[in-house]
Order: sequence, then C-alpha cells, then structure tokens
Amino acid sequence: MEYSDKVMDHFANPRNTGRIENPSGQGTVGNPTCGDLMTIYIDVDDNDVIQDIKFETFGCGAAIATSSMITEMAVGMPIEDALKISRNDVADELDGLPPVKMHCSNLAADALRAAIDDYKQKNQ
Amino acid sequence: MIYMDNSATSPIKEEVLNEMLPYLKEEFGNPSTLYTLGRNAKKGLDQARANVADLINADSKEIVFTSGGTESDNWAIKGIAIKLRDEGKHIITTEIEHPAVKNTCEYLENFGFETTYLPVQENGIISIEDLKNAIREDTILISVMHANNEIGTIQPIEEIGKIAKEKDIIFHCDAVQSIGKIPVDVKAANIDLLSMSSHKIYGPKGVGALFIRKGLRLDPYIHGGGQEGGKRSGTENVAGIIGFGKAAEIAKRDLEANTEQLTAIRDALIEKILDRIPESYLNGDPDTRLPNNVNVRFAAIEGESMILRLDAKGINGATGSACSSKSLSPSYVLSALGLADADIHGSLRLSLGTENSLEDVDTVVDTLEEIVATLRTMSPIWDNEKNASIAFDESSFTSH
Repeated sequence: MEYSDKVMDHFANPRNTGRIENPSGQGTVGNPTCGDLMTIYIDVDDNDVIQDIKFETFGCGAAIATSSMITEMAVGMPIEDALKISRNDVADELDGLPPVKMHCSNLAADALRAAIDDYKQKNQ
Repeated sequence: MIYMDNSATSPIKEEVLNEMLPYLKEEFGNPSTLYTLGRNAKKGLDQARANVADLINADSKEIVFTSGGTESDNWAIKGIAIKLRDEGKHIITTEIEHPAVKNTCEYLENFGFETTYLPVQENGIISIEDLKNAIREDTILISVMHANNEIGTIQPIEEIGKIAKEKDIIFHCDAVQSIGKIPVDVKAANIDLLSMSSHKIYGPKGVGALFIRKGLRLDPYIHGGGQEGGKRSGTENVAGIIGFGKAAEIAKRDLEANTEQLTAIRDALIEKILDRIPESYLNGDPDTRLPNNVNVRFAAIEGESMILRLDAKGINGATGSACSSKSLSPSYVLSALGLADADIHGSLRLSLGTENSLEDVDTVVDTLEEIVATLRTMSPIWDNEKNASIAFDESSFTSH
C-alpha cells in the first residue's frame, strides 16, 4: 500500500483542523470501532456559501488526508455545489487512494453532506 | 533512524554476513555432492545445525532446516494431523497464535479436524486449568507458542509440556519470537516439535528450522530428492543456513548481555510513555514478557497515523490497528485480551533490538508525546480543554 505525495502532504500538514464553535452545521460519520470517525463543521453565509470549514478526524492517513482535502475543496463553494462533491472527487483530487482505502477511509464527502444537511435542517 | 520493529524482522549482523559470504562465492558447492566443494558446503551445514541445536538444548540430529517459521509451523501441525488422523481429530491451540499456526489449524478443519482455541487472560497468558479441561480422548496435538509476536507475553511451556507428556499428546511450540531472546530448552519443557526462524535473530530471511524430537517420525512436507536426511527435500539454502547457524551461535553467546540491555530499554520506554502520555496503557503482562517487547495503546488516536508520523521522524514501529492490516480487521491478539476495537486501533508495538540503546528512549518518547498530542488535537473523541478522551457509545455511530 502506498500513498501519493499529495495524500502524504495533507496527512502530514492537515489544513483546517479543529472545530468551529456554534457552526451553521456539523456532520459526523464513521465509527471509532471501525477505526475511522470524522466530524466536519461549516459556517455558511446568507447566500448559502461555505465561508469556513474545519474538521476533526480519528483515523488513518487516508482518513485525515481526505478530511483535509475536502475542506480546501469546499471552502467558498455554494452548498448546492458542495453537495455534489463525491468520494471519487476527493480521491481524484489527492491523486488517488490505495484501493483498500477507497471504501473505509474515504468518508469526507459523506461528512460534508451530513454537515450541509444539518445546516439545511436548522434553517428550514 | 531508530528501528524498533525487530519482531517483524531484524538486520543481519556483520558477523553473520561475513560467515555467509564465502558460501555465496567460492564455496558454492551442492552439499549432496561427493567432491571437496560439496563436502565443504556439507561441513558448513553440519556446524550450523550444531549451533541451532545448541541454542535450544537439542541434538543436531533433531534439527531440520526449512524456509522459515511459517513452513515449520505448517509442517509440524499438518504432519501430526496426517500421521495421527486415525487416532484422533482434536487439536488444542490458543486464540493468540501467529497466523502460520492459526490458519493451518483452520485449514485442517476442512478435513474433519476440530480445534479448541484456548482463550488468554487479561495479561495474555493462558490458564493451565483451561488447557487441562480442553484435553479430550481424541486430542492428538497441543500447539502453544512460547512468546507472542505482538504483546511478547511468555506462555508457561514447561507446565504445558508436562501435561502433554502425562497425557501422551504431541506438544508443538512456535518459538519464532523467543529463541535468542529468552532461554529455550526443549528437554526441560518436554517439547516434541519446535518452530524457529533465522531473520528474527539477526540472521537472513528465507531460512528456519523445525526441531523434531528424537524418536518422533514425521512424514516430509516437501517431497523430492531426499535432502536433510530425507525429511525435507530441495537443495539446501546453504548460505542462509550458514547465516542462521552463526546467528544462533551469537544469540546464545550474547543472551545474558542482550537480556540485560533490552530489559533496561524496555522498562525505561514503558515507564516514560505511561508517565508522560495521558491515557496510555500497557498491553500484555508487565513482567512475563520478552525483554524486547513494548506494546502500548493511546486513547482517541489511530495507529496507522501514528506509525506514518513516527516514520517521518525516522522511528519504525508497528500497530494492531485494522487500518494497517491486510484484512482490515483489528488485531485478534489484542481482541483476545478483551480490548475494545477502538482501543486496539490506538496500539503501538515497539520491538527492540541490540542496535537500540538507552539514549534512544528519550528521543522516542519525546517524538511519540508530540505525535500523540498532535493527533489528539484533531481527534473528535478527544477533549482538548480537559485533555481527556470523550466517552462515546459505539452503537450511536453508523457502520461503514
């Protein structure tokens, strides 16, 4: 199993770690029992654009790198566009993930969607 | 670089390599041939056999060279199963054996054999009572490892051997992790079959041995030209065997000094890690463990991340986390200790070697302290204000 340079970069120097107090939305996916747990926090402005995004992740190199990557991809995006980011998009942006990691550790897109759903629910 | 993964493999010692080199060059003869070149190779094999026998208090005639620990385990277990298949179908082993034993037993279950996997106590050691209770009329084999590859705990093999002898059951012991680290005496422990490997004791990879007690006949596992006294065919891995022999000689010579050195490093590492890193715990028994094994766990972080960050700082270790295993399941050895999966993901094994020194301890602990703290700042199950893990309910999360 080998990680791309980009995965290693995001793993070694993760962007946007931590939490946002009183976020517009937050989403958690995964399970510590499986070895991956991820929470994404978003702040959304009046035009439904993601202004700030942070993550907390318990997991392997791929889990941390995908979390970091998606925060860079989604910041400044309207939520309707951000919803369209798929697991494959995140993996592609990282120059690929080892096949064994595609399923179990590639949860960032799901976490972001959960955070946006949470925001939508709060603002119905 | 600080290499602390010697239970995975160890570097070849200079003395070992120097002993091997002539057999890769001018002394390239086939030991089965009659002329001087072949006889020289044969002499080298004889010396290596004597050295390996000496390490475990056996006779040279009781040592058969193989391709490694895995072949030795396979041969011992399948060999006994085939030999005694009309006498019984029951095998007793433990829940924490190396896959070479565990998967061999599971394979034999396809052919009507039944296996009892003895549980271990919280400290990683089996209960002798459990063993006694597991013995049946049709038990043909007890296979219990000497020291565990992950947590280093040492099983009471002398007691097990005594019981096996009383009940007239064959006793196989996987001693891959223990030879050269702690004394191994096949006579004192009444062992019938014992598996060994070269590359865990600073010898080359691709060579090991099976001790077969005098008087016990085992059919060959590898059939062919009748090398190794007809017991294991295939032209001998001469240079590898020579290296193994030298490694065994050095291991015996240096056993006491190594034990002292490694125990001091081990204990300093454990003490400082547990002292300086909050919510860190030792896995396995504090005393009844190999002098070179440290296995600890840290709450709220995952092992692969820890291993990769340690590697970036030039430190090599191993983890029981699912994310780093081929099967994507957490370590079954740590599970057998009763640990929750989430805790197993945060485990770290540092297996020491003679190249390590007490000076390494502070470097490793400083680095580890920093890495664990960094990973915790980004962990959703760590409270950075309280500097403590956050309790969670496993069932509240989705599986994926």
